[in-house]
Amino acid sequence: MTLEVILFFIFGFVAAIAAVMMITRTNPVIAALYLILNMASLAGLYLTLNAQFIAVAQVIVYAGAIMVLFLFVIMLLRPDNERKFMESNPKIKIFAFIVAGFVLLQLVYIIFFSAPSKILQKNLEASVQAGTIESIGNELFRNYVLPFEAAGFLLLAATIGAILLAKKKIE
Amino acid sequence: MTITIEYYLVLSAFMFLVGVAGVLIRRNAIVVFMCIELMLNSANLTMIAFASFLGSSVGQLFVFFVMTVAAAEAAVGLAIIIAIFRNKLTVNIDEINILKW
Repeated sequence: MTLEVILFFIFGFVAAIAAVMMITRTNPVIAALYLILNMASLAGLYLTLNAQFIAVAQVIVYAGAIMVLFLFVIMLLRPDNERKFMESNPKIKIFAFIVAGFVLLQLVYIIFFSAPSKILQKNLEASVQAGTIESIGNELFRNYVLPFEAAGFLLLAATIGAILLAKKKIE
Repeated sequence: MTITIEYYLVLSAFMFLVGVAGVLIRRNAIVVFMCIELMLNSANLTMIAFASFLGSSVGQLFVFFVMTVAAAEAAVGLAIIIAIFRNKLTVNIDEINILKW
């Protein structure tokens, strides 16, 4: 048991269990907190994959900014207990379970059938090199400048749109 | 025992389908939104795993862009939910059917 294996199983189990807990809690605030746990353990998994920059960005952007926004909106709009919503239609639950289980089986079959590990062996040096801020920045500002600018423009448009949608109508 | 890429792919598939099940069973619009974030995250995990095993930083760059789009989507979506709540006083997606004929 190397450290990599132990870390993968710890973070993987926490991420999986937090995801399941998130969709089964009736209180939306608790669901949001479980989603934060899930995202933090995903950041740990990114570290085991040598993606340092993305791991830090995951904690700051997802677990920090986006989830604070979610919690803010949940608390703004009365955190009602959702039990009455969930019990409204038990047939949908069975349907969702069947659909999800079937597609999961299909995906797992495809993953093991195609067996990508036969061609993809981890090259530790190249993988560490790929995750540094230096190589990501080189790639971003040399070959992907246009998408980068487009992303900035998208964020500007989203900010203006969000303010316009959420502001009080002036009669 | 070494961790091959299949472990990451199976974990990511599991998280994606938990997100799908969440979208189907939850009736609270905000929680449905959070399930969409969960699905985006599982797709990100796949991309990071492939990028790391291929030794390329392009996949990580894509995750960076996905995060940007997710932030924009969350801001606009939550603003829409607030606007709907102001009109209908509910976030239950069964009662938000004003577009249904």
